[in-house]
Amino acid sequence: MRCALWLTGAFVALLAAGAAAQHGYTQAQVDNGGRLYLASCATCHGARGDTVRGVALLSGKFSRATSDEELVKIILGGIPGTAMPPNPYSESEAGMIVAYLRSVGSAGGLVATGDSTRGRAVFAGKGQCESCHGAGGSGSRVAPSLVDVGTLRTLTEIERAIVDPSAEIHADFRSVRAATKSGETITGRLLNQDTFSIQLLDSSQRLRGLQKADLRESAVLTTSPMPAAKGTLSPSDVADLVTYLSTLRGLP
Amino acid sequence: MRRRARLTAVAVLVAVVAAAASVQAQVSFDRILKAASEPENWLTYSGGLASQRYSGLTQITPANVGTLELQWAFQALSLEKFEATPIVVDGVLYTVQAPNDIVAIDPVSGRTFWTYAYKPSAQARPCCGRVNRGVAILGDAVFMGTIDGHMVAVDSKSGRELWNVAVAGARPEAGYAITVAPLVVKDKLIAGPAGGDFGVRGFIAAFDPKTGKELWRFNTVPGPGEPGHDTWSGDSWRRGGSTVWTTGSYDPELNLTYWGLGNPGPDFTGDDRKGDNLYSNSVIALDPDTGTLKWHFQFTPHDEYDFDATQVPVLADIQYQGRLRKVMLWANRNGFWYVLDRATGEFLSGQPFTKVTWASGLDAKGRPQGVKSPTPEGVRLYPHFAGATNWYSPSYSPRTGLFYVPAWMDGSSVYARRPAEYVEGRAFLGAFPTGTSLSINGTQVNRRLPGEGYGAVLALDPKTGQKKWEFTMADITDAGALTTASDLLFSGGREGFFYALDARTGALLWKAPVAGIVQAAPMTYAVNGRQYVAIAAGNSLYAYALRRP
Repeated sequence: MRCALWLTGAFVALLAAGAAAQHGYTQAQVDNGGRLYLASCATCHGARGDTVRGVALLSGKFSRATSDEELVKIILGGIPGTAMPPNPYSESEAGMIVAYLRSVGSAGGLVATGDSTRGRAVFAGKGQCESCHGAGGSGSRVAPSLVDVGTLRTLTEIERAIVDPSAEIHADFRSVRAATKSGETITGRLLNQDTFSIQLLDSSQRLRGLQKADLRESAVLTTSPMPAAKGTLSPSDVADLVTYLSTLRGLP
Repeated sequence: MRRRARLTAVAVLVAVVAAAASVQAQVSFDRILKAASEPENWLTYSGGLASQRYSGLTQITPANVGTLELQWAFQALSLEKFEATPIVVDGVLYTVQAPNDIVAIDPVSGRTFWTYAYKPSAQARPCCGRVNRGVAILGDAVFMGTIDGHMVAVDSKSGRELWNVAVAGARPEAGYAITVAPLVVKDKLIAGPAGGDFGVRGFIAAFDPKTGKELWRFNTVPGPGEPGHDTWSGDSWRRGGSTVWTTGSYDPELNLTYWGLGNPGPDFTGDDRKGDNLYSNSVIALDPDTGTLKWHFQFTPHDEYDFDATQVPVLADIQYQGRLRKVMLWANRNGFWYVLDRATGEFLSGQPFTKVTWASGLDAKGRPQGVKSPTPEGVRLYPHFAGATNWYSPSYSPRTGLFYVPAWMDGSSVYARRPAEYVEGRAFLGAFPTGTSLSINGTQVNRRLPGEGYGAVLALDPKTGQKKWEFTMADITDAGALTTASDLLFSGGREGFFYALDARTGALLWKAPVAGIVQAAPMTYAVNGRQYVAIAAGNSLYAYALRRP
């Protein structure tokens, strides 16, 4: 467990390294910030910054702050009425955490270089993304809505999910297949599971709760039902699509 | 042979039910109108538009209710009061985790399909807890009001937000908070804000379920030029309260929607608001297409006791004095219970259901007589300011013909007349009543004498005005009541029990401890032929079913 956390941290830090300079932070500040982040913030926010519901710290986008000063203020003072507590750091330490968050947010050597308008056309057109993901929070629910994916995922993550969807499937995007003892095969998006039951949105877009006692077998799929972009989308299509998706920040 | 035939019939039935379930993807208003024909589902806050909180399900009976077992518990990530009644549609249960998270739950396992997390503004200041009483559904959308004055719609399958609108004028910093479960009537969504203890001016509004756009608004405190405005002296109407926080009802034949309204502001002194203060403490009948008022009946004119008429309007068709009448049954916070003609608002009968001293009785039109007002030094009056009943859902069983009311019996308060100063966002009450050990919030000890107040479920006969039976509890109750076609009544109370009574006699048949006060109403549903009864208590939602043989 501790080892895995360390590995993830190292991965993120490596990604961060290349982008640090362009934000005006020193690499030492970013490294120290990463260390402080993993030592404290990750307790609630997770190593990838995504374990508090509705918050994606490593996306580089923040719902309650824009400037570095505002972020420092939140880190030091907490957010009253929420689980975010005040933290006993110095301003310079809090600044290092911000440096880390900022650098990771645009990390991976990937900068949004595509054209968002063209990306939108790819999404609705030859990318055929809309037929499963829907658009603007409506339409198909076969795959998760991407209406706020720009706040939940980094550019790197978005690009990788398009180019090689099965490389790393986010827990919120997993699929499940189950066969009942009565002979029905059910596939769909995994929404929840416990020792005795599985909850999913099936391929006909119906919420289903399955009792494992009624199943012959069931498995969470390790390959994504999403086709890879290789061969269908050009590198510039992908860049445009990534740029478009990074702009999606929820309904107005 | 006979056995095989029966098996085949069962198989066909199962197939038909399965097919019906798969095509019933959308909740049309027609389905809501005919909710009684699909008792496996619970499509509105009160289970149907007549708000009887009565279910046609009969698997659980007085004979077998003793074998009810807990199937699952859903623990809310919230320490707020759990006041919501869930709805169940085609194998999915929707409820609200206070203050304003919509949760879709597998009603067999209690496990979550999805959660829609809503963060209300820090300015929100609901009077009595950051609570919510539930959602409405139409088509593929689930609707909720929020404690910071928004209405939102989310996709019923994915939990994705479809729209989120700030209701015009419902400013949380001034005390407006929407806690009521909305009601769908035809192609409209109806709701309104609470806030009557903050000097807000109440209203009910209809919204477009597709967009959230407001379609009409009825001001429950009439402004200049509106009928009833002259029942408020000076500019007191601006702070007149009269808000809505329990779900209304609808009669499709009369095309009228009925809503109970809350207290006038300030709560406990009427010196600065001379007059009857319409439509505070009234039931109003509105045309749902236009929001036009068709009739009103005011239970407590010029209220100085906080006697909200925020009860669920229970609609029943009964033989009354020799003819079938469309009536409305109403046990009021003021200690009287009423039978009204719901086509016209005509008062048919009314009598006290507990000790009442604030008024000596009702006249031929239902207006209170011999009213005693609060005095500067304070005067003890019955019932308690929190009411002889309150928002706790009543139930009506067409089988027993009885009207079931959760009640606070023999409660009283000392009411004192004090000036109230209006400051936006602050409580606008006058003097909070004293002289009582009955708390709005629950306590873990109870050392009261019965004469100091106790809880009960009453069975009232609308035809005779008589009390048929009373189930007496040592402590008071905030729980609603549910009846079923097998003559069961489910309720709970402050003492942390959920229980079943024989609806015909009031005999206790079963009880189970729940982890906390029951401050919600029970409902029932069925999945795959198995009946469940669900109740929220403490911070959890519990579901019971018969022990498997």
